[in-house]
Amino acid sequence: MDKLKNMKKTTKNNIITYALVIAAFVIMQSLINAGSISSLLEGLMVPLCIYIIMAVSLNLVVGVLGELSLGHAGFMCVGAFASAFFSKCMRDTIESASLRFFLALLIGIAAAAIFGILIGIPVLRLKGDYLAIVTLAFGEIIKNLVNVLYIGKDSNGFHFSTKDVMALNMEPDGKVIINGPQGITGTPKDATFFIGFILILITLFIVLNLIHSRDGRAIMAIRDNRIAAESVGINITKYKLMAFTISAAMAGAAGVLYAHNLSTLTANTNNFGYNMSIMILVFVVLGGIGNIRGSIIAAVILTLLPEMLRGLSDYRMLIYAIVLIVMMLFNWAPKAIEWREKYLSFGKKKKEAVK
Amino acid sequence: MALLEVKNLGISFGGLRAVNGFDISIEKEALYGLIGPNGAGKTTVFNLLTGVYKPDSGKVLLDGTDITGKNTIEINKAGIARTFQNIRLFKQLSVLDNVKVGLHNKHHYSTLSGVLRLPGYRKVEKEMDEQAMELLKVFNLEDVAHVAASNLPYGQQRRLEIARAMATEPKLLLLDEPAAGMNPNETGELMDMIRFVREKFHMTILLIEHDMKLVSGICEKLTVLNFGEVLCEGKTSDVLNDPQVVTAYLGE
Repeated sequence: MDKLKNMKKTTKNNIITYALVIAAFVIMQSLINAGSISSLLEGLMVPLCIYIIMAVSLNLVVGVLGELSLGHAGFMCVGAFASAFFSKCMRDTIESASLRFFLALLIGIAAAAIFGILIGIPVLRLKGDYLAIVTLAFGEIIKNLVNVLYIGKDSNGFHFSTKDVMALNMEPDGKVIINGPQGITGTPKDATFFIGFILILITLFIVLNLIHSRDGRAIMAIRDNRIAAESVGINITKYKLMAFTISAAMAGAAGVLYAHNLSTLTANTNNFGYNMSIMILVFVVLGGIGNIRGSIIAAVILTLLPEMLRGLSDYRMLIYAIVLIVMMLFNWAPKAIEWREKYLSFGKKKKEAVK
Repeated sequence: MALLEVKNLGISFGGLRAVNGFDISIEKEALYGLIGPNGAGKTTVFNLLTGVYKPDSGKVLLDGTDITGKNTIEINKAGIARTFQNIRLFKQLSVLDNVKVGLHNKHHYSTLSGVLRLPGYRKVEKEMDEQAMELLKVFNLEDVAHVAASNLPYGQQRRLEIARAMATEPKLLLLDEPAAGMNPNETGELMDMIRFVREKFHMTILLIEHDMKLVSGICEKLTVLNFGEVLCEGKTSDVLNDPQVVTAYLGE
């Protein structure tokens, strides 16, 4: 009986998370349909989906595996460029936009997952701060590599170079696909709010189910005590790599969404560099490390807030900073936790909402 | 033939010979004690037996199989489980999940069926739940099955650590100072529990302990370590009255 109650508790928790996401989507979608929303805010919906996927997937590494990764945007970069490359090549070959996007999505995810494995194998030998620094470096390396990559296609096939367009030596009919720092232009704009929403649900489904499975338990056991986990026969390397790779693959999916939301894709510090990685980490930390629903809520608030406050112009960043501090106190200060438990626990829903 | 047969085991850390020429032979279902002054190398012996350290010399045979130099995971699969001197639980996981992590290698389903909640997942998880609850019952922890491990009182944390080790279905259980930090009452309960575990699971147990009441109360045989070498071994009563042991460890 007691077991049943507990099973229900985790299931209930998950259902609340799904319900929140679905409700938010339905509300926003009907507002958009009714036309009662600014085009600026409407344009923010796909980026918001991207941030949510990034935050949830990073939480798998930071919260569930317990390792600090600062290179998450790098995997997004891999997913974005791999899928944009595919979409641009296939723009005329595959007519159906949805089929093309679906294939691009698979390619972006696979590419990011492969990079996750390749980078994970060496770096996951490190722990804590050292791991954070190395992942930061790998994220930057990926971004910079993309910036010197030139790929073109002509009647003879593909041409690669890391110098400039001339070095591609293409026939006159050749087309440049990836043009170094200018990136990829003319990616079909296939990403929609609805696709983003579906991807969020899939991400949530994978992460929440993984956590409550045999593999998820092993991953959390490693987080809580590596030596003890090893002593009961848990393969540390395997499960660390599993969490890291799944997280990278999801970041790749976010990258695909990103690439197909813009007509020009370039890699710079703000979208695929440490600025993005740190911003996603802020979402995860403020939402509560290991708290999946918290990551989503933090991502939504911190993305929408600067736009909502646009009217206050000069005070915008001041208020943003204050909100950050208040959220941090609310989540972590012992007094605040005490207060929360005292006054917000009578209504179960209220307590869930603030979590 | 003995369950655990260790011959001439040794390891050096830099210039320090931490364990040297260590021999031990433990029969099936024996309750064996390893005692000695602080820094004698008792925990190092445990770490050598469980693959945390690789020995520079010697041989370890478990049930006739050579497990010398294997890693922790292989040794756990071969059948040695342990607890730690300073408790090492999975703090944020529930008591039940702690035991289920111990059952990890005994029950399998793929990652995919775990994520997609296929029938394999449900069936195996149910088996794991049942088996884990059974173990918790044995260790009198079933009432706190859903409490986070870090919220348990000290005595229960010790018991949970043993339950988790037992979940891996070992042939040999190593207990590193199980009574450390316990009051005489708790120690008494622990002694009963160790005896009970041995009888119920036909378990072979090797334990390190400083509490002489516990050692003389439950151990049939003892090995005394001093400066990394075996000082004396034999029946508990003989060893505890050995003049060498009295000078080196017990005091006059």
